[in-house]
Amino acid sequence: MRVDVRAPYKVRVRQALGDEAMRTALDRATEQMSARCAEAMAAVDAPRLRDEARRIREHAIEHLPELLEALERNLTANGCHVHWARDAEEARQTVLNIAHRHRVRQVVKSKSMLTEEIRLNKALERAAIDVVETDLGEYIIQLAGEPPSHIITPIIHKRIEDVSELLQRELGVPPTNDPADICATARRELRREFLRADMGISGCNFAIAETGTICIITNEGNGRMVTSMPRLYVALAGIEMLLWQVASRSATGQDVSVYFTLSSGPRRPGHPDGPDEMHVILLDNGRSRILERGYREALLCIRCGACINVCPVYREIGGHAYGDTAYSGPIGAVITPLLAENVAAAKELPFASSLCAACRDACPVKIDLPRLLLDLRHDVVQRKASPVLERVAVRAYSETVERPGRYRLAARLARWVTRLIAGGKDREISRLPPPLNAWTRTRVFPSFAARSFHEQWRRREHRDMRPPTE
Amino acid sequence: MAERPGSRPRVALFVTCMVDTLYPRVGMAAVDLLERHGADVVFPHEQTCCGQPAFNAGYRADARRMARHFLAVFWPLIDQRRIDAIVAPSGSCVAMVRHFYRILFDEAASDEDRRRALQVGAATYELTEYLVDVLGVEVIDAQVKGKLTYHPCCHLLRELGVDAQPRRLLAGLRGAELVELPGADECCGFGGLFALKNAEISTAMGRRKARNLAASGADLVVMNDVSCMTHLNGILKRQGHRCRAVHIAELLNRVDEHGSADRDPTNAR
Repeated sequence: MRVDVRAPYKVRVRQALGDEAMRTALDRATEQMSARCAEAMAAVDAPRLRDEARRIREHAIEHLPELLEALERNLTANGCHVHWARDAEEARQTVLNIAHRHRVRQVVKSKSMLTEEIRLNKALERAAIDVVETDLGEYIIQLAGEPPSHIITPIIHKRIEDVSELLQRELGVPPTNDPADICATARRELRREFLRADMGISGCNFAIAETGTICIITNEGNGRMVTSMPRLYVALAGIEMLLWQVASRSATGQDVSVYFTLSSGPRRPGHPDGPDEMHVILLDNGRSRILERGYREALLCIRCGACINVCPVYREIGGHAYGDTAYSGPIGAVITPLLAENVAAAKELPFASSLCAACRDACPVKIDLPRLLLDLRHDVVQRKASPVLERVAVRAYSETVERPGRYRLAARLARWVTRLIAGGKDREISRLPPPLNAWTRTRVFPSFAARSFHEQWRRREHRDMRPPTE
Repeated sequence: MAERPGSRPRVALFVTCMVDTLYPRVGMAAVDLLERHGADVVFPHEQTCCGQPAFNAGYRADARRMARHFLAVFWPLIDQRRIDAIVAPSGSCVAMVRHFYRILFDEAASDEDRRRALQVGAATYELTEYLVDVLGVEVIDAQVKGKLTYHPCCHLLRELGVDAQPRRLLAGLRGAELVELPGADECCGFGGLFALKNAEISTAMGRRKARNLAASGADLVVMNDVSCMTHLNGILKRQGHRCRAVHIAELLNRVDEHGSADRDPTNAR
């Protein structure tokens, strides 16, 4: 792994920008994904569907307490065990308790960002329980010992050449650049694990309150094996991933994902398949605080990754530069600081955006991500956590701007200074002192004009008595 | 109230701080365009900056102070009907006044501030938006040589929804060959203080745009914001690219048939 997710932000960004293999992988994948998503969205009445999806999510978040109670009631009626977890620690402990009670030795997992959020795999491994990721992408990065770098395509940072090399090294298979070969290798390896596992763990794309049902949406069929083959099935759901009734084009650009798995309880008498026990862990881990802090909009997210695929910042730096977090890209820059009350992330991630708003236009539930980023930036300034020099400079600038005389004087000063240090016939500045050298290290800056517009306009008024000034 | 000849609409130019100090020629071109296409232009001398740099960086108290100054200068003109509209040669500054002032005057603001902000916001237009949508301009008679491409600036495109207007005006230019820009809708990487705070990412985004510009074969890339133009020209020049970024007002205002189109618009002062 070239980007150390635990390194400071500036270091991570530099590592990411210097990782040519990763940037090639990102270029290939994001281009393809965003084109495919745009095509899939164009094939339907996207504005209507987005409005509808947003209404569904808003309804769920507005009625969260009632829906959660109904969900618990109906899950219990279906024979499931329901557990509530306030934070990551409680959730991990609940899983471990179930595992210990049933002497679990081996776990198979379907892809779940919530379990990444709470670092569940590490806790299981520490308890001497084997964990195998069964989503192809997750399987590959587990072999590589890396965290996922994207919500839905965890190995987006790897080229197929890198994957081939990894499988060759770890599993001794011949090199290949054919995804079908790689898939066949994983399928063969994973079949054994499914048969051996005592416990299946999944996340939850949506929980349906009315019927007490856990839905997971996958493309490889591994989710179905995880939820039905082992004797125990544990689903972890964020408390916001809830709908009263059911509703992926925006994620992968498919008309519909291949597998839509609905689990409404353990095996019943007479059923040939299914787990003996099903547990659902409903996890808060900062979500109700997000509501309290007025960031309700962030809870509408369905974790589809559409905002990530179109983000020009993500495209340059990839997911690992966002740090030791399950969530990257625009939505990651919003929820990483909110979920964990991560002070360092809060100071950095909301600023890792040019506010171009491509994410807002791509979001299937129309989350106003630029607005959330702006609000988080405001929070940083309110907490006086922004750099002192920046605070002083912005204050000086604003006090200049509100006094036109001072503004015009400052403009004249800036002109003298810049024209003094500018060179060449274009009067351009190639080097500025810190902190402005952040600009001139890679860009020239123009010098201020010989006469400002203000001055030119006054001349024009004097010269030909054009329309008077207000 | 000033005398108003005929029914010509009267607009106040908000020149923006960057055009004022770095590119006054863009402001002059905007004035020429507005006057030639049927508007009278006034320039309130007390104007300064809309406050966007502070707002985007999270400094709302500072931004509010600047916004109040903006409203103090422009609101009376609108309220007393001394002008019909405020026009700025920038999508970003117009987005600030039209959309972000509502956030700024949503929290600690008085009803009066909010009312003024809404009134001013509704009367503020980006230059090409005003030319096409309000003045009804369809073709601008100007001559340009070489290959042109258009970069839609993010705030113009996604906050104001202005895209067809500048493209239509460019399509009507004489002598220009319009070429396709790959990844045209992608941000150039400027982003206000982002260009300094995250200079390396900003540069990587700008270099990607420069690569796409090179692939397009364009000599000039036209845009509606001098902030993005400064960033892109900074990168294009440092990297030794031939292509230059130019503000749309300057390009559309090339009325001189005797060679003004040959002048490098980025150097003309």
